[in-house]
Amino acid sequence: MITNGYLFAAYAATWIIHIAYLGTLVRRYSRLKREIEDLKRK
Amino acid sequence: MKRAFPILGILTAILLSYALYLALVGAPTEQTMGDVQRIFYYHVPSAWTAFILFFANFGASVYYLIKRCPKADIVALVSAEVGVVFCTVVLVTGPIWARPVWGIWWTWDMRLTSTLVLWLIYVSYLFLRRFSSSGQTPLLAAALAVLGALCVPFVYFSIWFFRTQHPQPVMGGGGSIDPRMLHVLLINWLAFSCFAFLVCWSRYRLETLQREVDEAHAFRSLTDDPRSNR
Amino acid sequence: MTQSRSTTRGITLATLWKDLRLEWRSKDAINSMLFFSLLVVVVFSFSFDPSAEESRQIAGGLIWVAFLFAAVVALNQTWARELRNQVLDAYRVSPAPPNSLFLAKVFGNFIFVIVLEALMTPLFIVFYRLRTIGPAWQLLLVAAVGTWALVVNGTFFAAMSIRTRSREIMLPLLLFPISIPAIVAMVQATTSILNGEGARFWIVLLVTYDLVFTTTCLLLFETVLSAE
Repeated sequence: MITNGYLFAAYAATWIIHIAYLGTLVRRYSRLKREIEDLKRK
Repeated sequence: MKRAFPILGILTAILLSYALYLALVGAPTEQTMGDVQRIFYYHVPSAWTAFILFFANFGASVYYLIKRCPKADIVALVSAEVGVVFCTVVLVTGPIWARPVWGIWWTWDMRLTSTLVLWLIYVSYLFLRRFSSSGQTPLLAAALAVLGALCVPFVYFSIWFFRTQHPQPVMGGGGSIDPRMLHVLLINWLAFSCFAFLVCWSRYRLETLQREVDEAHAFRSLTDDPRSNR
Repeated sequence: MTQSRSTTRGITLATLWKDLRLEWRSKDAINSMLFFSLLVVVVFSFSFDPSAEESRQIAGGLIWVAFLFAAVVALNQTWARELRNQVLDAYRVSPAPPNSLFLAKVFGNFIFVIVLEALMTPLFIVFYRLRTIGPAWQLLLVAAVGTWALVVNGTFFAAMSIRTRSREIMLPLLLFPISIPAIVAMVQATTSILNGEGARFWIVLLVTYDLVFTTTCLLLFETVLSAE
């Protein structure tokens, strides 16, 4: 299906960029959740 | 409202998979460039999505300048961030496509160069948001967004004329497009637009939550009775 | 209506005159900038070999990059004096229209950078053995219109940057991307004129750019000034 190395690189790069961004969102979200727990406890 | 998100997520994932299948298998192979041309189905929709998001940033910023509505400010921030992500995809897939076809990684091609300048403008916008203190950020950012958006037509004109004086290889080719390829292109665009919408929605909710937490912190530090802390 | 227009003009001129007098008296900024400009020209001459033919092709770019550096250094200290003496707060509560302050600053910076350019250009001509084949008066026009483009946006972004951390880096960071069309125009116009071609398109582009951005900055300046 993907015979071309450049084709694979382009599609892979696209998804790597998107997943990296989503990863930062997930990390920020879990950090926020922890802060909310702290605030609720106090 | 909240239940819609997972449903839309699954639908988008299905749509993206179908679009990927079409791009790799369904679409006809191009004559001159071969399989590498399929990068087109990811490169162009990302560009269109980025432009739409930057336009949304402009609209939200103008609205904020007129109405001072905090939600508009969040929309502006979100659309700029996600727009930069999609713009980065364009700038990465562009050279990967150019290299096997024209033998060079970069050309001061009209579209690539304009996209680069757009990327620079909106990255500088994100820097302003990060470096300014939170009270005035929305206003300053909105002002910068308006200036940046006004700059866009000038970017296009200046690079267009520069290119007519110094001709360069055109990437993405001109001329008419095979209707089957157009079909695949539009499906991919639809899929990425849905994906972009979901990402923006998530980022919007995250930012709203972040601001509530910040307010809670500020409120807490104002009303804290020091005697109650052990 | 006539009253407010003459007041705006009056305040603009008064502020401009005050800035120019202060600069002339202290001569701090002027002297350091002059030396900086000389250094830039010399460093460029070492980095980009001025052998005659190639230099005519790249001279347009070199000159404007040098001017750009000089402009950024000048712009960075635009609001420094106001900040030191809390003048901006006084302006915010005074009935003076904010636009007059902005215009005065832009004119002041414009004059300042033009002076620097006027001093650097002979050095460039000497070091690079430049001769212009095309109409030389167009070069003056390009210099004026191009410098205005840099200075109007630069003054606006300098006002924005004073409310940020890393103030000095924020100014070029914000200014350069938005100035790219203007820079392309300035460089291409200069190169064309040096090589004997006309630069009408670029000049028209620059004038349009100047009109659009001057108007927008004037409209938005009050927002930026009172954002606190």
